[in-house]
Amino acid sequence: MPTARTYEKILTALFWFIALVIAGILVAIVGYIVWRGLGVVDLGFILEAPRRAGKEGGIFTAIIGTLYLTAVALIIAVPLGVGAAVYLEEYSRKASRFNTLVNLTMETLAGIPSIVFGLFGFVLFVIFLNLGWSILSGGLTLALMVLPTITRTAQEALRSVPVEYRENSLALGAGQWQTIRRVVLPPAWPGIVTGVILSVGRAVGETAAVLLTAGSSLNMPGSLSDPARSMSVHLYILAMEGLSLEKAFGTALLVVVLILIINFLANLSLRRLTGSIRQDG
Amino acid sequence: MEEKIKLKSQELSLFYGTFQALYNINMEIEAQRVTALIGPSGCGKSTFLRTINRLNELIDGTTTRGEVYLDGQPIYDRDVDVVALRKKVGMVFQKPSVFPMSIYDNVAYGPRIHGLKSRSELDEIVENSLKAANLWEEVKDRLGSPAVRMSGGQQQRLVIARVLAVEPEVILMDEPASALDPISTARLEELITALKNNYTIVIVTHNMQQAARISDFTGFFLNGHLVEFSPTEELFVNPHDKRTEDYITGRFG
Repeated sequence: MPTARTYEKILTALFWFIALVIAGILVAIVGYIVWRGLGVVDLGFILEAPRRAGKEGGIFTAIIGTLYLTAVALIIAVPLGVGAAVYLEEYSRKASRFNTLVNLTMETLAGIPSIVFGLFGFVLFVIFLNLGWSILSGGLTLALMVLPTITRTAQEALRSVPVEYRENSLALGAGQWQTIRRVVLPPAWPGIVTGVILSVGRAVGETAAVLLTAGSSLNMPGSLSDPARSMSVHLYILAMEGLSLEKAFGTALLVVVLILIINFLANLSLRRLTGSIRQDG
Repeated sequence: MEEKIKLKSQELSLFYGTFQALYNINMEIEAQRVTALIGPSGCGKSTFLRTINRLNELIDGTTTRGEVYLDGQPIYDRDVDVVALRKKVGMVFQKPSVFPMSIYDNVAYGPRIHGLKSRSELDEIVENSLKAANLWEEVKDRLGSPAVRMSGGQQQRLVIARVLAVEPEVILMDEPASALDPISTARLEELITALKNNYTIVIVTHNMQQAARISDFTGFFLNGHLVEFSPTEELFVNPHDKRTEDYITGRFG
């Protein structure tokens, strides 16, 4: 009969094995992409515009398109999301109907598939508001898509700030906004930044919604009203239309590298957050 | 010499939603004295304390009836500036809660939010406040280091220095020693006794010996009622109410 200790050992080994499998899958996928993509990626691939629909040349315009779309999405979604979180956590009455409604809306929005956002953005921005397939339409759609993530993470970050900070600050005669700006936001900031960085990851990886709203132009976008192609869209088209699987893997590699960099940054700021909490204890 | 009444509550009642936490409290608190509020948990003494700087308003669904007067001025009047009130009425909480910033910035926090920018004036206020809180000697060489690294007793004295820096007239203390070890508690009690020369102090405490040691007046709360309010010695030696006697002799609570 196994003793409690052998039982523990078996379980530990089991969990270790599961963790190994998960890590293995990640390594396999990334490894395969690196293996297939590395031959394609060089400075020219990064800095040259695509030629012959992407069969030749690089993906420079798609990188620029991705950066534009992400930037527009963040410029819109970050102030709105953080502002909403500050209102919900710091100003509104927690039990109010409006607060409940907004929270429910955010949860629902977070669960909606991106293609639905794409369709909505297509109808609203591209057609109804006549913005056409453009960086603006795409950026606005991405903004709607990441808004719940940014708001939720910012709310969590604000909630993790001890209520005593607020009480002490207010009791010293500080106003509500002074309190938020000086003692609530600073410790919440790393958590908010984590949400923003995760949103960048989602925006960079998004394909369907971008294809529907920003189009898939290979030209270098000159203004916000120009259509653009993101790296993910480029990858999709290269692979789906059989243009060049090689270039698709090259693009995939750069997308993965970009996402890994973003995840690294997210982890870094998360560690700063937990670090500052530990300091308080 | 006639004693000056600093604070006065008149028929003060407070409700959390439909729950009544305070019933018609009438109390006069003298200037430059230590007034202790005692009573079992949930009796309303902390709630009463928080009516004096209107901090109960932070809790949704709180309604206050009656009035509190500070120097004869009603503080629940519609046109009262809560910020100005809280500048005059500082508060030290149960759990020392230093802000995640340097020792210096913690003490300078109040003066800064009230608009003081001059570095030399801030330096002076920080030094004087830390000295008044008996903390200067321990921290003068590390004012720039994070306040969260201090010991609990030091943190509580830092919080007091932070309150003093705003130059309040009244200091409310909500069980300030409950998280401290006996030595830190003794130092805090010394500090409170020294502070009463310049400030009016109202302190909520669970510790009856502490109330007896440091206070001039004591109020006994029970189930939201102020049962008895007398000079401390009288209340402990010769309580008028049976319930006060039962409580201080340890028969309940």
